[in-house]
Amino acid sequence: MLAKRIIPCLDVDAGRVVKGVKFVDIRDAGDPVEVARRYNEEGADEITFLDITASSDNRETIVHVVEQVASEVFIPLTVGGGIRTEDDIRRMLNAGADKVAINTAAVFNPEFVKQATDRFGSQCIVVAIDAKKVSAEGEPLKWEIFTHGGRKPTGLDAIEWAQRMSGYGAGEILLTSMDRDGTKIGFDNELTRAIVEAVPIPVIASGGVGELQHLVDGVKKGGADAVLAASIFHFAEYSIGEAKQFMDQQGVEVRQ
Amino acid sequence: MSQRITVIDYGMGNLRSVAKAVEHVASAQDEVLVTDDPELILNSDRVVFPGQGAARDCMAAISDHHLNRAVLEAANSKPFLGICMGQQVLLEKSEENGGTELLGLFAGQVRHFPGGVAPDGEALKIPHMGWNKVNRQSDHPLWQGIDQDSRFYFVHSYYVDPEQQDLIAATTDYGVSFASAIARKNLFAVQFHPEKSADDGLRLLKNFVNWTH
Repeated sequence: MLAKRIIPCLDVDAGRVVKGVKFVDIRDAGDPVEVARRYNEEGADEITFLDITASSDNRETIVHVVEQVASEVFIPLTVGGGIRTEDDIRRMLNAGADKVAINTAAVFNPEFVKQATDRFGSQCIVVAIDAKKVSAEGEPLKWEIFTHGGRKPTGLDAIEWAQRMSGYGAGEILLTSMDRDGTKIGFDNELTRAIVEAVPIPVIASGGVGELQHLVDGVKKGGADAVLAASIFHFAEYSIGEAKQFMDQQGVEVRQ
Repeated sequence: MSQRITVIDYGMGNLRSVAKAVEHVASAQDEVLVTDDPELILNSDRVVFPGQGAARDCMAAISDHHLNRAVLEAANSKPFLGICMGQQVLLEKSEENGGTELLGLFAGQVRHFPGGVAPDGEALKIPHMGWNKVNRQSDHPLWQGIDQDSRFYFVHSYYVDPEQQDLIAATTDYGVSFASAIARKNLFAVQFHPEKSADDGLRLLKNFVNWTH
């Protein structure tokens, strides 16, 4: 049977890893190639790069990062952030990415996802969804899609949106709870469960991991096929190996 | 001794990652060539035949690049490694695209996964994507140094079902037990992606590069 995947995520700004990465024996913790190599050695199942470069002048740098990583790290690589055109996708795939994550561009132009999956195949198109709970206490649960780092509501219902994206051929959903992102209190497992039950494609849970139990909960309570985390791995609080060992002990099937 | 390893390029899928992984394991003197030139393919020492995408598109691309004969000849004559669609198209017929005729090197069909739910309650989502166990059925040299039931990276919705059971070099379970690797003489073909399967994948590629059939 398939193993549940652990995916470390690197935020990259102008070609450098940000939010800090702390490994004792790494020379330059801001170098995405070194960090990716380390995660690979620790047993990461995939690596996701999120390009948060604000200036368009520096956007080309992520292409070079992907090229370098792809020539020495041989696991699936996903790149997100600023993927707006078919050309952007082609550039990333040619550089060695296996998948691209489309977020804002899908919200503004849903057909883009359809065109992208037709042209490049479902297996390389991930739709990233940033969702926030909008139902009040006691009301039936409801989540809405937000853009701009959770600041702008779109009026789109998260479950309906995920179903639409799946229908357009998306190969996977990268689901981030904007309520939990950065909080370290765990995934919004109700959100994950709601999306997992609504779509036939794999769902990656993201946002809120602060300890290893959260990864287990994402799989067991949320039903996620994969769990994504950034800071717990960056600050070397836990290695990926430790995370896998813990998940295995808790009865989650992982690649070891 | 230097050798030329050719990665067949017929416009289907990201061949660069395959070529990069082969370069990574090959010796410095080896030449790794990505080409669609039948002559170069047939003049090389080893051939890697990758592929991604739908069966009909793959077959059309092979035919558009005039590669049918070169692929079959290489598959019959030199160390040959098929990957993903490069394994599937070696059979006779695929259920994909309402039925697609393939190269027909091996008797058998390419079938769609049944999906549904596994005995442990897990949904068997399609495509079969992620790391699954590969259960060796033979002591083939390409398995050297790779543990039984090691996990490799898969992305596919169809699987090969060869008629000849002795072709099966490994099986993997996903609702059905399917042939995740097949082998015959100079040919080895896998459904998973060794170029994306970390150390075990690189090991398999290295074994292929050093394989004296």
